Amino acid sequence: MKLLVCVSKTPDTTTKIVFNASKTELDANGVQYIMNPYDEWYALVRALELKEALGGTVTLINVGPADNDQVIRKGLAIGADDAVRIDLNPQSALSVAFQIAEYARQENYDIILLGKETIDYNGSEIGAMIAEYLDQPFISYASKLDTSDGKTASIQRDIEGGMEELEVDTPFVVSAAKGLAEQRIPNMKGIMMAKSKSLKVVAPAAFEDKAVTVQYTLPPAKSAVKMIAPDNMEELVKLLHEEAKVI
Amino acid sequence: MVLVFAESQKGNFKKTAFEAVTYGYKTAQVLGTECVALALGSANNAADLGLYGASKVLHVADAALDQFDGQVYAKVIAEVSQQVGAKVIVLSHTSTGKAIHGRLAARLDAGSVAGVNSIPTVDGGFKVKKGVFSGKAIAEYAINSDVKILSVMGNSLQPAIVGSPAAIEAANVAVPASRVKVKSVSRIEGIVPLPEAELVVSAGRGMKGPENWGIVEDLANTLGATTACSRPVADVHWRPHHEHVGQTGIAIRPNLYIAIGISGAIQHFAGVNNSKTIVVINKDPEAPFFKAADYGVVGDLFEVVPQLTEAVKKFKAAQG
Repeated sequence: MKLLVCVSKTPDTTTKIVFNASKTELDANGVQYIMNPYDEWYALVRALELKEALGGTVTLINVGPADNDQVIRKGLAIGADDAVRIDLNPQSALSVAFQIAEYARQENYDIILLGKETIDYNGSEIGAMIAEYLDQPFISYASKLDTSDGKTASIQRDIEGGMEELEVDTPFVVSAAKGLAEQRIPNMKGIMMAKSKSLKVVAPAAFEDKAVTVQYTLPPAKSAVKMIAPDNMEELVKLLHEEAKVI
Repeated sequence: MVLVFAESQKGNFKKTAFEAVTYGYKTAQVLGTECVALALGSANNAADLGLYGASKVLHVADAALDQFDGQVYAKVIAEVSQQVGAKVIVLSHTSTGKAIHGRLAARLDAGSVAGVNSIPTVDGGFKVKKGVFSGKAIAEYAINSDVKILSVMGNSLQPAIVGSPAAIEAANVAVPASRVKVKSVSRIEGIVPLPEAELVVSAGRGMKGPENWGIVEDLANTLGATTACSRPVADVHWRPHHEHVGQTGIAIRPNLYIAIGISGAIQHFAGVNNSKTIVVINKDPEAPFFKAADYGVVGDLFEVVPQLTEAVKKFKAAQG
């Protein structure tokens, strides 16, 4: 199978968020960047498992500047065969999807996988956008994906308060939720091999952004916690009713 | 015009749809235009969408739409929006909305913001905000395309009744064939799903074992709340995975989140930080969760939780 996994670079959840002076960009100094966990733990690993079972190739794709190579190399160390980086600092989800679709269009992948969302912006938009550009089905929030012939896939997807089971033929785009696979830690051999794997840098296609970030602000500071004595739960209930007005 | 795709479950429109229409109505007021709702497939109580501000409801009744496929839905919504000349399309930021949102943006070459939590402003161009970086910041976006696509984060505004039942008008759109075969849809019956829950009682490792969950369930039942759990508890199968809230589990934004025996790791907090009110019950006064809490109780949860349940019962009885 010919598989493409879209990987994104995100600040680690524990990172302290600081912006530049004009509040238009994240201040990258001191930010710990990681591969978006849904891309790494679930989409990439399931792609590798499909390749191991049915043969084929797993290619990584990322839209971003050269700083992203470190994260891409990690994906290669985990086991992807090669990688492509579209050399663009993207300003919107639509531009990321457009660039990926432009590249994927020429390559005819059987399945394009990505995480259900990135942990920084949680937009959950890119998969649907790529699918629309390529006129393919898109299955979001997959927690199971099986195919015995590489042509028809059975997928289970999470929906609010339940799940849906469906079948779809390749080619399609799928986004990965928890359960699709188990995280793999790259081993020394993988890390060594990753250094010699191909990471192709491709110039972006022309695209005009339609939604751009104007400014970041910090949320209002939370007022200090009110402590309630453990033997006075009536007081807590009263506060929840009268002050917080939530019950 | 603002067009709101109102999603339903088996033709029943509920809070999710009412929130989206309320958002669309308020957006239409800002733009000085009208808000129209769109219903696809079965639509039992579509007229109710008028209560929340839809001036009318457009309805594509084709039974093929009772099976959800984002590709089909996006084509139908895009075509209706072009027929009526919609400038803003509003969806809910749900599993359904997310499968459509990006497609509409690509199909209509439209700027989009997913998961907005406030009404757009139009001074100096169309701008709208959402929470980013696990709630640690708010990002404001400018959209400069003619058509704009927004999906509304659940529980970010209260549905408000502003009108009367709406007239329903058939929309004439050809429904393309789906390339996805849905085999089954199963939902856990009888509980409010976590993403929609207004009250959530959640517990973690402090419970010491799955056999102790009775006190958590008692409190949840008494409050009418949905139960949830932290990741370690789901990972060791004390509780089912669909209860896991946090960064890798489900992100929720209830009015009230009660965290019992959960220390509050940043990854857990990332999934619950949009809760309006957070109560933390923990025996460890140093638990990091207290810093994010509105109300804190330091004590033995095996004593505190049953007492809280009793206090809620008394309160409910007094309320009648």
